[in-house]
Parts: sequence; structure tokens; C-alpha cells
Amino acid sequence: MNIKFWLNGIQRQEEVDPGMLLIDFLREKGCYSVKRGCETANCGLCTVLMDEKPILSCSMLAVRIDGKKIVTLEGLQKEAEEFGTFLANEGAEQCGFCNPGFIMNVIAMLRELEEPDEEQIKEYLAGNLCRCSGFVSQTASILKYLNYKKTQEEA
Amino acid sequence: MKYVNQPVQKTDAMALVTGKPVYTDDLAPKDSLIVKVLRSPHANAWVDTIKTDTAKKVPGIVCVFTYEDVPQKRFTLAGQTAPEMSPDDRLILDRHVRFVGDAVAIVAGETEAAVDLALKRIKVKYQVETPVFDIHTAKDNPILVHPEEDWKLKIPLGGDNKRNLCATAREEHGDVDKVLSECAYTVEHTYHTRANQQAMMETFRTACYMDHFGRLIVLSSTQIPFHIRRIVGRALDIPASKVRVIKPRIGGGFGAKQTSVSEIYPAFVTWKTGRPSKMIYSRYESMICSTPRHEMEITVRAGADEHGIIRALDVYTLSNTGAYGEHSSTTVGLSGHKSIGLYRHTEAYRFCFDVVYTNVQAAGAYRGYGATQGIFAVESAVNELAHKMGMDPARMKELNMPVEGGPLPGYPDVPYAQSCAMDRCMARAKEMMNWDSRSLSQDMGNGKVRGLGVAMAMQGSSIAGVDVGGADIKLNEDGSYTLALGCTDMGTGCDTVMAQIAADCLETPMENIVVFSVDTDISPYDSGSYASATTYTTGMAVVKACQELRKKICELGAEMLQTEQENVDFDGSYVFCAEDENKKVSLEEIGLKSTFFNNIELQVVKQHSSPLSPPPFMVGMVEVEVDKETGNIDVLDYVAVVDCGTPINPNLARVQTEGGIVQGIGMALFEDVQYTDKGKIRNNSFMQYKIPSRMDIGKIRVDFESSYEESGPFGAKSIGELVIDTPCPALAEAIYNATGVRVRELPITPEKIAMGILEKEMEK
Repeated sequence: MNIKFWLNGIQRQEEVDPGMLLIDFLREKGCYSVKRGCETANCGLCTVLMDEKPILSCSMLAVRIDGKKIVTLEGLQKEAEEFGTFLANEGAEQCGFCNPGFIMNVIAMLRELEEPDEEQIKEYLAGNLCRCSGFVSQTASILKYLNYKKTQEEA
Repeated sequence: MKYVNQPVQKTDAMALVTGKPVYTDDLAPKDSLIVKVLRSPHANAWVDTIKTDTAKKVPGIVCVFTYEDVPQKRFTLAGQTAPEMSPDDRLILDRHVRFVGDAVAIVAGETEAAVDLALKRIKVKYQVETPVFDIHTAKDNPILVHPEEDWKLKIPLGGDNKRNLCATAREEHGDVDKVLSECAYTVEHTYHTRANQQAMMETFRTACYMDHFGRLIVLSSTQIPFHIRRIVGRALDIPASKVRVIKPRIGGGFGAKQTSVSEIYPAFVTWKTGRPSKMIYSRYESMICSTPRHEMEITVRAGADEHGIIRALDVYTLSNTGAYGEHSSTTVGLSGHKSIGLYRHTEAYRFCFDVVYTNVQAAGAYRGYGATQGIFAVESAVNELAHKMGMDPARMKELNMPVEGGPLPGYPDVPYAQSCAMDRCMARAKEMMNWDSRSLSQDMGNGKVRGLGVAMAMQGSSIAGVDVGGADIKLNEDGSYTLALGCTDMGTGCDTVMAQIAADCLETPMENIVVFSVDTDISPYDSGSYASATTYTTGMAVVKACQELRKKICELGAEMLQTEQENVDFDGSYVFCAEDENKKVSLEEIGLKSTFFNNIELQVVKQHSSPLSPPPFMVGMVEVEVDKETGNIDVLDYVAVVDCGTPINPNLARVQTEGGIVQGIGMALFEDVQYTDKGKIRNNSFMQYKIPSRMDIGKIRVDFESSYEESGPFGAKSIGELVIDTPCPALAEAIYNATGVRVRELPITPEKIAMGILEKEMEK
């Protein structure tokens, strides 16, 4: 099937196999930040944005992005670096394999919720698993980042 | 110290958080053949006939291999240093398949679709036999998991394949039965821990290709590059020198990648076909045919005098290795050595074990490595003993815990506790939990009850007299350093920790040190990252290498200053004359000088092995809230106070602790590899095998009470494994205090609690 879509801001037209999953398609197009941690939509590692909304690319066929705007971490390098610094300052990035999906969802959360509290953060990110960090330092990094953004805005 | 004991950001952090392609599958050759394995549907069967012609005809299929195609020399997949203690009980493909999921055939093809189709077209006729599942009847069962004549144990550990026995032993000190009979209070209980999956986010994966010298390059997500080189060489029956192993970034390991799970299949394909190939385990495969924690059943007898002094401990462990023996004789040892050692007054102890083969997925290394199981049993038994005496369990631990300079009964790897702050860990944990002024149980009046629980733990730091750390440091012509390592950063941050140590030893900024790891052709030999060894062992190799490099820098600097070496000093930036500080040469000048007309090489390779394995210690305390009607458990607050010696990087040490505790909570409360009566795994995805999410944990508070370990770098011991050891016993205890229900079989599910509460009410 022939589809037209935007990948990280660039319009593209590609031929795709109707059975191909979005995750495999994106990796084939060089978006290696998109990771697979399971096949059952449980881990959140493959999170990308479709028309601004976070979706699991392991559970969507590539043909469904026809006419849509897809953003992966490759298209959000500045944001990833900015928030990622806070994550790394807590030692929370650890093995890093869950980081791209997690950071995609953090970015989506920050665009969707204004000043989320700890409970809202946990709830929003409940689908993002991490086996290394025990989550505590991830949450701390988000709270510190929010605080930093707030002081920046106030300044 | 500028960097040691500082929360330095990881050197690879920015690549990780921006999603750079740094992992095995990101780096695998784009034209890799896809490799998959046909897996046995039976728990115990022989391949009668296997037809591969139709499969081979599927367009895009390059090869299909069966047991007839592979070398017939048995080997083990366990990544261990010589003397290798795991039995040689594997072939790449065996006619005899021993668990549901065992490898039957290897298929490689141009696309995943072709390979999936070919797998379906392989026709196998099995001669199905009765399997052995029950660990209690496995030993001396007439059905043998390994009836073959060429089963081999290289080290005599009491194993006997004709008895389904992988290992057996008995260690005894004093007359346990006599001392127990004299004790005022005794308990005897059996505790059961289940198999758990490490569930690192990156599954097992390996890519292989041939280089221009006709050598096999193995790019793999592994904790043990040098062992992989040996294992692949043996499995393929080729010299290890033909194999080069490269480790990129790893997406977690937790011990799972201390076994060569995925390497041998693509290695065999590439060696046979000459073509690049890769095998990416699905999560499903990682659940059904990998290397989970050993299920153990541990019987503990403990006895105390009327004051609460523990006088005797008797531990018997029955461990289930499953179909193959990786890490089995070694894990089981820790169930006794790391638990009995927690009680310093023990006059007599006995530790016996049997490790049995059964027809389930083979077990392997998982963070804690047997200590987690043993500590759950012994800590629970001691807690039960305290209740029997009407004593606060924390008080009983205070009376009996290891103290600096005191003995560690049954722990053979240090003569005594040289560095130990367990007392301070307990005091701090009590303070953080406000333990002394609270009741161990509290009825909330709304159908919910709260309980407090406590446990101690110890682990080792490396395998004493075995593990080897390696460091290779050189000064470059621009005055920068390259530190080549053989240890494997799997997210833990050891590349950063080693750079911190080197930077302080060389008095140079961390940015001035490039860390390189791991390539078996280039890196210095290192056992790999496991057994809580890296900071302690490789860290010392780094210290030694840097110290010697400093001397060489002085030697060359002195030559440049036309003076003798004893007249100069080095401050990290300059070599200068002690008597006239204006006479100096810079590090850059020395680095540059080393590149022309020079006979003093500014490169040092050092190894380090310790005859000791000094234990890190910790205390874990937890508060839970249990719903009396449903048995639902909320972990409200977990306090962990750790003595890992000097934390080289306090941030990374804290996150290790938090991560280990959450894994331990998973093990304690819901993780459980379950089988059907046919031996098929029930929990073959994250849908059924639930690991903790951020909603499953309450507060986790970590603090450090550091001792100073003389034999470690800057006083450091280990932390990686220790931190998973307290949640199981602490939670079992807290739930008991909340509900009166003592659960001795993990996981402690709401069903068990609700039913336990009902039973208690029926008794009334």
C-alpha cells in the first residue's frame, strides 16, 4: 500500500506491506530510538506521537499513519536533551533502553497536563515500565524538571 | 577526591536519553539473516524424525539445521570463570528435548516472514516421554533428564546425571542437633521461593558476521564477553581465537545475560553460511526459554537461648535447576553462606543442599544468586523465632547481627567482618521508620490493617580468589587518557564509576578520560560484570594501572627534564622537579613525547583478583497496608539503609538500591513463573507475568551508612545484588504483623492472605 505521512516534520510517501507494524516500519526508516520491549502493549518502550497523541507503535499497523504526523525521539532531540539532563542528573536513565518511550510519554504528558502532581505523573506514565530504576528517581527528575520550567517561566 | 563519592552524571547519559542507536539490534548489519529456533512442544521427548525439505524450499530461506548438523561435544552456557562449575550438559541442538521450549531446529532466512513460514513447515515426529516436574521426587527418579553418557561435571560437586542430581553437598560446624536441643526456643519451617524472570527491558539478542580474516564477530548484549568467546568456540567446536566478541550498550541484564542465551544460534548460522545474521529474542521467548531464578525450597531450623541469642542454624536447600545446569551448583551455595553469616553468635550450623534436574526451563543467574532465596528463608525463620519469644524482631537482629571485627559464621570468603556498619544501618533504619515508638501492627478501623517488617541482608563483593578485573590505561599524545575495560556496563554505570576512580588516581578531569568497553580483541581480560564484582575488583585494577602509569609518566617526564625519576613529582597536569617547581613539563608535552624517539611506553595493563569477598550489608524495613477482606497489599513505605563501603557514585548506588528493592517487591508479591501440568509456561508475556509498575510501589527511602573496606578501591564494596535481598522477608514479616498470616511460599498474593485470614477466623 502507498501511504503519505509526516515523519519528524518531513512529508514522505512510502510503499508499505499491509501487515507491517508501525514499530518495524519506523526502525526500518532509521528511527532506532523506537524500541520493542514486549509484543503485548505492556511496556511503553515503543511510544511515539501520532498527531500529538502518544501511541504504542507495536500495536498499530504502519498503514494507519496515512495522512498523519508521526514524531519519534529523533524529531525531539532538543526536548530529549533538556529533560534527559534532569533524568541523568538523578542517575535514573540507567540502561537507557526504556528511555526513548518514557521520554516520549513525558513530553506528551507535559504538553497535555499543566503542572501535574506526583499522583498524576505516576498515573500518566503507568504504562512505561522500567526494570532498572525502581521509578523513584524518574519521578524525582520530572518534579525537578517541572520546577525548573516554572522558575524559567517566572524569570 | 574530586570525583569519587560524587553523584557524577553517567558518561553515556546523553546518548541514552536522546535515543541514539547504541544497542545490538541498532548496530546489527542491515543485511543480517533473521535467525529463529523451532521449539519443542513437549517437556520430555526425543526427535524421532525431522523433515526440513519443505521448509528449505520457502523462498528466502537460507538454511535449516537440526541435531544432525551440530557438533557433538557437550558444553555449558553458564558464563563462569575457571574452574567452571556448571556441568557440560548441552548441545546446540539435541535429539533429546528436555522442556517445553527447548531448541529443535535453527532456521535462517532473508526475512522474518520467510523464517516464520519455514518454522511452520518443519515436520517433527516426537517420541514423547513422561517428564519430571516435582522437585521432591526428581532426585533418584527413574525418569532421567540427562540419561546421556557424555554428561560431564568438570569439578566434583556431587552431581550425578543418573540420579537427576546436578550438585549436592553438606557443610557442618559443631553439633547442630545438640545445640538446638539445648536452645530455649526453636523453630522449624520450610520456605518456598519461586522462579522469577529478570525481565530486563532489552531481551536477549546477538548479531554475527565474518571479518576479513575469516573470524567470527559476535556482537551481543551480554554481561560476559570473554566467557562468550570461550562458550561460542566450544559450542561450534572451533578455536576461541576464531571468535571476537563485541559488547555495545546493554539494555539491562540482572544476571540473565551471564548465560549465553542467544549467541550460539546466530554464531552457528554465520559460521556455516558466512553471512551476517541476527537473533532477536521476542519477549515470549525470553519468558519460556531463558534463564530465570532458581526455584528453591529451604528448610530452616533455628534455635535461640532465653535472651534471644541465636545459637544454631540448620539450613537445607532443595534447588530446581530445570532442564540444564547453568549456575546451579554455585547459586545454591549462597542460599546458606549469605544467610547463616548474618548471625554472629551461631555456635553450630549445618548447610546441606541438593540441586535437581527437572523438565522445565533451565534456571540461571539472577541478581542475588541464591542469597535472595536463602535470606528470605533464614530472615523469616528468625522473625518467627522472635515472635515465639515475644521479642521485637529488630531487637533480636540487633543482638545477633554482624559487627565490625566479628565473625560471619559459615561465610568462607573473609576471615571476619573487616568492614561492617550493619549496626549503624539498623539504627538509621529504625530512626527513619520511627520503629521504636510504633506498634508492629495497627488496625486502621476501615477494614485495613498496617504492619511493619524488617530484614537484614548481606552479599559478597566478587567471587573470592576467582574473579579477575582488568584495566588498560594509556596516555595519548594530546594528554588525554584512554581507559579500556573488559567489564560490562549494563546500565549500572560501571564505565562511569571506573572513569571516576581513574580521574582521581590520575588527578585529571573526567572529561580527559575516554572509556572503552568491551571488545575481546582490544579490552583487557575481565571475568565480566556479575557476582557484585565490578566496582570492587575492576575498580582495584584501575587503581593499580593508574598508579603504575603515574610512575611511567614521571619516568618520561624526568627524562625530558634531564633529571632522575626520584627528583620529580606529578600533580596531574605537570611533572616538575621537587626542588625547582619552575622546571616542569606538561602532561600534553609528555604525551606527545611518547610518540617519537621513545622507549618508555605510557600504557599499563593491570589485573586484579581478591582472595576476599567482603560483604556489603543492609537493613530493609517496610510498612504495608492490607485489606482484610480482599487481601490486597499496598506497600506504603520502604526504608533501606546500605553499607556498601564507600559509594563511588552515590546517585548510581541509590538508584541501584531503589531498583533492587522494586524488583524484590515484585518477587515477594506477584512474580511467579508458573507451569501447566504439561510443563508449559503460563506467564509467557508481560500480560501474564507482571513486573512492578510505578503504581505498585509507595515511598522508597534510601540512605547509606558506610564502612571503609581496605581491600576495595577507595574503600568500596559492592551494591548490585545485595539490594534485592530484603523485600521478600521484610514484606512477609510486615504482612504477618498486619494480618497474623505467615506466608512461607512466594509470591505473597492477596489470595493467600485473604484465605489465611479466613482460616484464622474459622479456627476461632
